[in-house]
Amino acid sequence: MSENIISFEKVNKWYGEFHVLRDIDLQVKKGERIVICGPSGSGKSTMIRCINRLEEHQQGQIVVAGIELTADLKNIEAIRREVGMVFQQFNLFPHLTVLENLTLAPMWVGKIPKAEAEERAMTQLKRVRIAEQAKKYPLQLSGGQQQRVAIARALCLTPKIMLFDEPTSALDPEMIKEVLDVMIELAQMGITMLCVTHEMGFAKSVADRVIFMDQGQIIEQNTPTEFFNNPKSERTRDFLSKILAH
Amino acid sequence: MTADTFQPVPSRAAPVKMRGTVAWLRRNLFGDWMSSIATVIIVGVFLYVLPEVIDWAVVHAVWKPDNDACREAAGVGACWGVIVEQYRLIIFGRYPFDQQWRPLIATLLMVVPLVASCTRPLWSKWLVVAWVVVIAAFFTLMKGGVLGLVPVETSRWGGLPLTMLLSVLGIACAFPLSVLVALGRRSHLPAIRSLCIVYVELIRGVPLISVLFMASFMFPLFMPAGTQVDVLLRVFVGITLFAAAYLAEVVRGGLQAIPKGQVEAAASLGLSYWQTQRKIVLPQALKLVVPSIMNSFISTFKDTSLVTIVSLYDLTGALALALGGDANWRQFYLEGYFFIAAIYWTGCFAMSRYSQWIERQLNRSNVR
Repeated sequence: MSENIISFEKVNKWYGEFHVLRDIDLQVKKGERIVICGPSGSGKSTMIRCINRLEEHQQGQIVVAGIELTADLKNIEAIRREVGMVFQQFNLFPHLTVLENLTLAPMWVGKIPKAEAEERAMTQLKRVRIAEQAKKYPLQLSGGQQQRVAIARALCLTPKIMLFDEPTSALDPEMIKEVLDVMIELAQMGITMLCVTHEMGFAKSVADRVIFMDQGQIIEQNTPTEFFNNPKSERTRDFLSKILAH
Repeated sequence: MTADTFQPVPSRAAPVKMRGTVAWLRRNLFGDWMSSIATVIIVGVFLYVLPEVIDWAVVHAVWKPDNDACREAAGVGACWGVIVEQYRLIIFGRYPFDQQWRPLIATLLMVVPLVASCTRPLWSKWLVVAWVVVIAAFFTLMKGGVLGLVPVETSRWGGLPLTMLLSVLGIACAFPLSVLVALGRRSHLPAIRSLCIVYVELIRGVPLISVLFMASFMFPLFMPAGTQVDVLLRVFVGITLFAAAYLAEVVRGGLQAIPKGQVEAAASLGLSYWQTQRKIVLPQALKLVVPSIMNSFISTFKDTSLVTIVSLYDLTGALALALGGDANWRQFYLEGYFFIAAIYWTGCFAMSRYSQWIERQLNRSNVR
């Protein structure tokens, strides 16, 4: 058994009066690839955003890479160095070139010299097959290219964990595949991945585990085969019938 | 659909009608009957007014500092002689006449880093050093008392050097302060946020004149007896605080426009608050509000003319001093005002062009 790299214990969170995460228990092993699905508003994005403290939980305990998440800024910064994140809207920095987007954090957070940071950035850009666009600005690229840059940017800090928050939801159908291909390659590298997505094909081919959430709770979690072929709860069956119908 | 293969249409040159002077005139001045009428009316007004203006300002104007000739021409031609006669008093105010080479050199010195700041290849740490050196030299020259220069009190500084000093230094100090205040107003710390809100609302809620009055007349009353703060310094602080309050709101407007995702992305990469503001938020926010920032700068530049009311003779004050004190020339104040208006306009127009240049420089990343 490999160790748990992420652990949620009885985690609760409220937005004002709205109880968005309810008694979340979740253990993620090192190298595990997890897909999280569920209807919108079910708390799946909120849950993964708690892992790098983009959202604050009010009750329970979250431990990431051996560090407990508290209000302590030191801990938060330490965890963020271990966790990379990819957003639905890419969130590239439009005033910086692609290369500058990638070297910013290594230079300022990792204190790596510029030349080395650039070398590292080019390696990552080659990995996502976009090295020739290094000198361009993000808005000059297509959505799929921007998202691949965003993945490369997150990888530049050599994170142990990658979080994907609906990475293909803002993309044209033609571009989804190029992003998914990059993600599949990452999955084969052995990095721990948590991915909120409705790409069930991706879940079937790479996930070790699929988690289904509704109304702030984890309803069901299982291997993809079991999850898709033999869903246990009525709510899961209902959800699957809707998203797999077409 | 019958076509099996996709046949791309080759791109062709734009129609000739879209180019050339005639096409431009037709499109921009005589596009339809409304714009044709507007063009004719505007050109008509120009043709009617322009000869009169030229008559007054050039043809019948008196160029020599000849008081009798000016009086004869009054009402028919301009008396530019008044400026030839009084320009040193207008430009240097009450600064001792035989020492006026000092403010002249000081002002010219100030122009050097100003121009350098507008040249992108020169943006470096050395520019900051140059500014510090020039400002130190400016004060040394103006104030004297060292290097064998006769000391001149700040209350006798005046005219263009004073206007330059107050606006350039005022803007240079107000801008960083405004950025801090704008960030402070969005802070999660209630004490800092309240402090910034009170500052902005208090200063913005009163006219500049009252700030200057307070700096000049009320402030000394609250000071322990014997302590003296230079009136120029007090007025300078007043102008800076006033300009910063307005600028802070402009900057905050830019900060509001930056999507939350930018900050989240920076946070997820481990950047600290200050790194995020410096590297991600401010460059984008300030870029958005360049026109408004320059608007504030131009306002501040012209607002410095209000220091006259607390007995500092900037350009406007020095003009009143020059003409008001001389019965022979007093009636030609209009020409005098045209002269300083031209100086102000040159400064403002330069700032305006500079702002457009900066916008072009910063918009490179938006070019698709």
